[in-house]
Amino acid sequence: MEISGSEILVRCLQEEGVEFVFGYPGGAVLEIYDAIFRQTAFKHVLVRHEQAAVHAADAYSRSSDKVGVALVTSGPGATNALTGIATAYMDSIPLVVISGQVGTSAIGLDAFQEVDMVGCSRPIVKHNFLVKDVRDLAETIKKAFYIAATGRPGPVVIDIPKDVSIHKTEYKYPESVAIRSYSPPTKGHPGQIKKAVQLIAEGKRPFLYVGGGAVQGRAGKEVTELANILGIPVTNTLMGLGALDGTHPHFVGMLGMHGTYEANLAMQYCDVLIAVGARFDDRVISVPNHFLSNPKKIIHIDVDPSSIAKRVKVDIPIVGDVKHVLTDMIAQLRESGLRPNPSALEAWWKQVNEWRKPDSLLYTPSTEVIKPQHVIQTLWNVTNGEAIVTSDVGQHQMWAAQYYKFRRPKQWINSGGLGTMGFGLPAAMGAQLANPDAQVACVTGEGSIQMNIQELSTCKQYHTPVKVLSLNNRYLGMVRQWQEFFYGTRYSESYMDALPDFVKVAEAYGHVGFKVENPADVEPVLKEAFGPSLKERLVFIDFRTDQTENVFPMVQNGRGLNQMDLPPHMAGMQQAPFENNRDYGNLS
Amino acid sequence: MRHILSILIENEAGALSRVTGLFSARGYNIDSLTVQTTEDPTLSRMTIVTHGSDEVIEQITKQLNKLIEVVKVIDLNESDHIERELMLIKVRATGKDREEMKRMADIFRGRIIDVTEKTYTIELTGPGEKLDAFIKALDSTVILETVRTGASGIGRGERILKI
Ligand SMILES: Cc1ncc(C[n+]2csc(CCOP(=O)(O)OP(=O)(O)O)c2C)c(N)n1
Repeated sequence: MEISGSEILVRCLQEEGVEFVFGYPGGAVLEIYDAIFRQTAFKHVLVRHEQAAVHAADAYSRSSDKVGVALVTSGPGATNALTGIATAYMDSIPLVVISGQVGTSAIGLDAFQEVDMVGCSRPIVKHNFLVKDVRDLAETIKKAFYIAATGRPGPVVIDIPKDVSIHKTEYKYPESVAIRSYSPPTKGHPGQIKKAVQLIAEGKRPFLYVGGGAVQGRAGKEVTELANILGIPVTNTLMGLGALDGTHPHFVGMLGMHGTYEANLAMQYCDVLIAVGARFDDRVISVPNHFLSNPKKIIHIDVDPSSIAKRVKVDIPIVGDVKHVLTDMIAQLRESGLRPNPSALEAWWKQVNEWRKPDSLLYTPSTEVIKPQHVIQTLWNVTNGEAIVTSDVGQHQMWAAQYYKFRRPKQWINSGGLGTMGFGLPAAMGAQLANPDAQVACVTGEGSIQMNIQELSTCKQYHTPVKVLSLNNRYLGMVRQWQEFFYGTRYSESYMDALPDFVKVAEAYGHVGFKVENPADVEPVLKEAFGPSLKERLVFIDFRTDQTENVFPMVQNGRGLNQMDLPPHMAGMQQAPFENNRDYGNLS
Repeated sequence: MRHILSILIENEAGALSRVTGLFSARGYNIDSLTVQTTEDPTLSRMTIVTHGSDEVIEQITKQLNKLIEVVKVIDLNESDHIERELMLIKVRATGKDREEMKRMADIFRGRIIDVTEKTYTIELTGPGEKLDAFIKALDSTVILETVRTGASGIGRGERILKI
């Protein structure tokens, strides 16, 4: 029997086990929406803006092990989706985004609501397709899911012209895909792994640097095992948080621009660096010259060969699926019994613990004004460190990353690569739908939340009882901080004037709103929000926080990781990091 | 350093723009580019001349390999190879210049492929330097128009780029 393109699409999504499609209708996808209406296998979530559809699908994927799916119409629907697609691309998130397109006969004629989606999205997708013939549709969808989820994951766009969604053909979903030009790597080269193990054993100051690749690659268990076997200090990047439990004794905190003192110095002064699914981003190592000024040997494990040796020279590259490579590495360590030299390791730990002592995340508490760090710490306590936390972008994001000790992979959901304001709320929505029983908190700022605040409406419709914690400092705080540091406190356009009454906004959308001004109220309000009485409700908490608080430590652009701006209580400790450098000698 | 990359790519709509888009988005240079389907109609062969440090070329190669449609990439510079470029050059050929032009074309093993009362059009193939040399050897005022393809390259001897 012949069925229409729309019906084929719906069936394919069913075969892929899709639970939710996040989307927004329009002329070019009406046929598809009609087919969706006539099925029950998956649910469609009607967002209020296409950007949010993609963020929600993205977070659905980030908080589960599935591919997220978004559906948008042609033209404005498709362009609205681009920010979401770029966000997912930068963080390597598996997504399938289906966009409607004008009919094939109208393509290229500047038809109503026509935009070249394949062209627009080309630089921000892993791959994209324009389906010109309904007979290619099923196979294309199969390929799209395969490409999105394998190798280095990423978003794949399928652009479907309206007539293709109407035309009929015989339906057959291919059982497997073979793309001759695409063969994602799995196993790492055993010889390289052997060399790596050897090098680690020769190291005097080994350091494990774990990125988002370990989270996406589901290698949390292997990372933990490796950390335990080797007994060496470990850092997670912003994207890697949760790969190793944030309360693990070997964990020295996040590193990078707002990393801890101990993580940044360990990164700078280690002699063997094991990079796992991490890409030496500029927000992590700043400039390569400074980073490499203390000679070190680098082992780099990544599924994407182009991530290796892109910013720094690597001594032992290992291309492969992180989980596979670490499993093999652990097996080799076990077999050979090779370990880092215990006395050297002890001296290294002594140094690292020395760096840990002053606690670079210490802040000055207050009984007068709410400290944003205090809000996050209390959130951690109230949720037992178990909540899924999404964030927007700004100071609040960094505080969430620093003070919420993430316990497991896929618990921390933020836009690390693109830094997309407006991500937090739709992401919380997607994460809640993927994890209906989990506590989901969205840490946001009064600037960011207003970029997709309309999703409060979607949350109402689909009963996603997320807790929105807005750290409202009446500033575009991160911008203000930079203007304070680098622009002579000229706060050009970083003040958020004419803020709405967020409690009323929340209530207008049918939710519960709280405004909190007194530090003493932080804990009771959070307990109430996460307590049984409001379990089923979305709660929006407008925390009026200290307007002047800044994020520390901070590595200014262009500086080395050992040249941090430190919080006031560490003033003067700036550059005196590594006293026994000579005693350890260099690895050659 | 100058490199000549040879790429086998699926013969699909949009594949070329993916390659050129990659170069522009990542700030790499394309000095020249030629492309045509191969004896296997599902595959195209692209030759890209580019320049950059070893690290840059390594990144270009890796990034190209990442494109889903790219089947294989080799850097022809890595071993012996042959390069050819085609130039069509139209020159003024009047009076005693006419004889001179014919002689020049012969010396460079060019072929005169179109003749009018006042012009010759000469076809010339060879490595880029040879074509440059030909242009230099002429009095610039006699050159009316030049059209050049990019380089096409192939490995010498047994070295083959195939799937
Ligand atoms: C879409 C978008 N526009 C602009 C920026 C630049 N930006 C980064 S942080 C920031 C301020 C965010 O303010 P707010 O949400 O109030 O958070 P805070 O820093 O105060 O915690 C801005 C404007 C961005 N990251 N994303």
